[in-house]
Amino acid sequence: MKKSMENIGSGQAQNQPENTARRQFMVGSAAAGGGLVLGMHLPFEIAPGIAPAAAQGAAASEINLWVVVRPDETCVIRIARAEMGQGTLTGLAQLVAEELECDWSKVATEQITPGQNLARKRAWGDMSTSGSRGIRQSHDYVRRGGAAARTMLLQAAAEEWKVPVGELSVANGVITHAGSNRKTSYGKVATAASKLTAPDPKSITLKPIKDWKIAGKPLRRIDGTMSKLNGSKVYAMDVKLSGMLHATVRECPVFGGRLVSFDDSKVKGMPGVKKVFRLNDITVAVVADTWWRAKKAMDALPVVWDEGPNAKVTSASIDAHLRTGLTSDDAFADINTGDAIKAIAAAPRKVEAVYRAPFTSHTTMEPMNCTVRLTADKAELWIPTQSAEASMAVLSSSSGMPLDKCEVYAMDLGGGFGRRIGSQDVVRQGVAIAREFPGVPVKMLWTREEDQAHGLYRPIAMARLSAGVDAQGKLAGLHVRVSGQSINAFANPAAIKEGRDRRQLQGLWDTLEGDAQIGYTHSNLRTEYAMRNTHLPVGPWRGVNTNQNGIFLECFMDEVAKLANRDPLEFRRELMSERPKHLGVLNAVAEKSGWGKPLPKGVFRGIAQFMGYGSYSAAVAEVSVSGKGEVKVHRMVFALDCGNYVNPDQVAAQIEGSVAYGMTTLHSEISVDAGRVVETNFHNFRVMKIAEMPKVEVVLPVTGDFWGGVGEPTICVVVPAILNAIFAATGKPVHNLPLSKQGLTLV
Amino acid sequence: MFQLNINGRVHKVDAEPDTPLLWVIREQVGLTGTKYGCGVAQCGACSIHLNGEVVRSCLLPVSAVKPGDRIVTIEGLSRDSSHPVQKAWAELDVAQCGFCQSGQVMAAAALLRKKPKPTDKDIDEAMSNICRCGTYHRIRAAIHRAAGTKTAAADVATDAGNTTV
Repeated sequence: MKKSMENIGSGQAQNQPENTARRQFMVGSAAAGGGLVLGMHLPFEIAPGIAPAAAQGAAASEINLWVVVRPDETCVIRIARAEMGQGTLTGLAQLVAEELECDWSKVATEQITPGQNLARKRAWGDMSTSGSRGIRQSHDYVRRGGAAARTMLLQAAAEEWKVPVGELSVANGVITHAGSNRKTSYGKVATAASKLTAPDPKSITLKPIKDWKIAGKPLRRIDGTMSKLNGSKVYAMDVKLSGMLHATVRECPVFGGRLVSFDDSKVKGMPGVKKVFRLNDITVAVVADTWWRAKKAMDALPVVWDEGPNAKVTSASIDAHLRTGLTSDDAFADINTGDAIKAIAAAPRKVEAVYRAPFTSHTTMEPMNCTVRLTADKAELWIPTQSAEASMAVLSSSSGMPLDKCEVYAMDLGGGFGRRIGSQDVVRQGVAIAREFPGVPVKMLWTREEDQAHGLYRPIAMARLSAGVDAQGKLAGLHVRVSGQSINAFANPAAIKEGRDRRQLQGLWDTLEGDAQIGYTHSNLRTEYAMRNTHLPVGPWRGVNTNQNGIFLECFMDEVAKLANRDPLEFRRELMSERPKHLGVLNAVAEKSGWGKPLPKGVFRGIAQFMGYGSYSAAVAEVSVSGKGEVKVHRMVFALDCGNYVNPDQVAAQIEGSVAYGMTTLHSEISVDAGRVVETNFHNFRVMKIAEMPKVEVVLPVTGDFWGGVGEPTICVVVPAILNAIFAATGKPVHNLPLSKQGLTLV
Repeated sequence: MFQLNINGRVHKVDAEPDTPLLWVIREQVGLTGTKYGCGVAQCGACSIHLNGEVVRSCLLPVSAVKPGDRIVTIEGLSRDSSHPVQKAWAELDVAQCGFCQSGQVMAAAALLRKKPKPTDKDIDEAMSNICRCGTYHRIRAAIHRAAGTKTAAADVATDAGNTTV
């Protein structure tokens, strides 16, 4: 049982050169084996779950859930979370290896499948990867897993040598008994260790973080780096199975519309086309022997849609709908300290502004796809997913196959950003297609156009903010009204309690609960939310609602500071005395950026701070704006306090990445015309490229007494810091995005 | 039937003449390192070398490829992942999800062949490939590292090491 478990999982094993070499062999054999390659179907398969067991080596010993040791001293660390570029796999392995005291150069990893997790009553815990939770919600039990395995390996050596285990020491997987000058290794005692009873995890004392040697260090990634650079990494889009067919789908372009009819006589005779059919009330599917042929037939297929009640909706009509929420009396107040409205009314100077943050899309580089094979007694799914267990649940419910006869091979994702966590819409479609071809694997791949048109968009939001400033230039009161679409109303209505959807105020909460606390306290403070839903499907998008709320609060803060004739940094500091960690990153970024010191002519600074995902972020942007409205971001400095840094270099990489992801929203939005999404591909959904990328510097202040997230937190300060620098440069606040709405262009 | 020289091997493939080279490479030849990202030559995930020039293969019909043309895909860039671009990318841990990186590496290798010591401006102009993980900062540094022009490579080292951990 133990060995076969490893073999199943290690189809996805990564990291070590031998695994890369195996993939190279398998991919290479396509070219080598077929000096002249003929026909459509290749005589081999590339997919996890079906890799030949012989390739994995024999006699591996499972010490516990997290650690498998091979006779060649390789320590295989099990990973239950998804890797989509964010580096979680490497960080989790570092945490286990730290406690295991193994040789880092001999660490390999393997992905746990949800079928394996289910078979062991979810012993590996939650497998979902979103909300920057991959490490911060599993660091404790994976470290205990590594420590328990170390204890068992030492115990096995002690029993073999008949010495007290307390007399042994271990380093880099080598166990030493100093008294008798004997040495052995993990590989040698693994079999004996695997038969021992595991210690109670609660009895284990974890290493003090100050003693870390592997965790906390900027080690190189181990998720198959070279395989990403030589073409051998197999993404879900690359899965090949014997006899596999290919599908593509088209869903009614207007949300809420439906499929009336299609004329398959036009495409049935096209080369390779196997089937054209109604997948459900809103979707038509084409299946062919290659994807290109399926796509070509779909392009040629005449389809009649009933576009339904939303066919006349436009971005302008959506904006008008949201605007009603800026002043309506249906909002609820979340923070309501003192009387902000009265204090503002009484203040000698006041300012009010309306901000808008539009819809945007995830646009993962790997378009939505999955491969499904349904046989009489098994349902299998290959998919890039942020939640393999959610994927398996939908595989089961939509195929009718009980969970214990389902399996999901969760492939490393070609980007996730929140798109691949929630609805599992792709799985439903993949199963509906595979049902038409029993026993035959079918890979469904969306076109980029389908991907843009049927996203789970970051919800649109507006905010009306007002503030008063007293005679001393201090804040008299602040009132924030957010109006916009609710993710929960679309995806999880049960989370809305008594009609109050607090989630849309993420980052403006007054307590630490929820991990997104507002950075300011004041005696007159009021935050409100008015729900204004649209017909677009919405979902979490890297940073979720901290993005919109970060822009609203932090940009408005600069408007208030200007009214008060105060420095934006000083003005913020005054309101942050009760928020030491927020203040800590603000001060760190101010110092590192040289806030207040002279800049080259024409360059201006903007600053912002915000909290999300349990971590504290601040940024300073240095920006120039030309007479033609060309915005150049020269340099950004970030401070992120996520408590403990498992891999500082990967933390820096996530911050760098958040800059590009955030800055794309300066270029582009998802807009709506005739009920459908306008931005269908990269020609009209402009994505930030290398030429616009600023220099990025990172400061990681040490506090070390908590575990915060990394993948998302900094994105919410990227845009407000830049917009505040534009405000400083032009004197005009930026109230709307993308920048083109105000005659500006990012260059 | 088309005859294609890919990575030094001749493949005979049966495909409609308008089939993009990308899909012939992926589906008929079976080399999946070259990615589909947009299908409209905007993102660069499908970048290959055609007679030494970087080309986006998703819009190039297979019928436009002549029998004598030399096609190199990411799998054929080097025998053992030893191309200076691949090495520099690995040393700086450029890749995050990695999906776009085949195309990024091919574009960078073509740039360096033309301009062995590219300036930042050269990089801005040549590297129009899209990366949604946002690895641009390190791509720039890795190109300089591969070229032996150290400037930005030092930047990344400074930034990543700029932690007080």
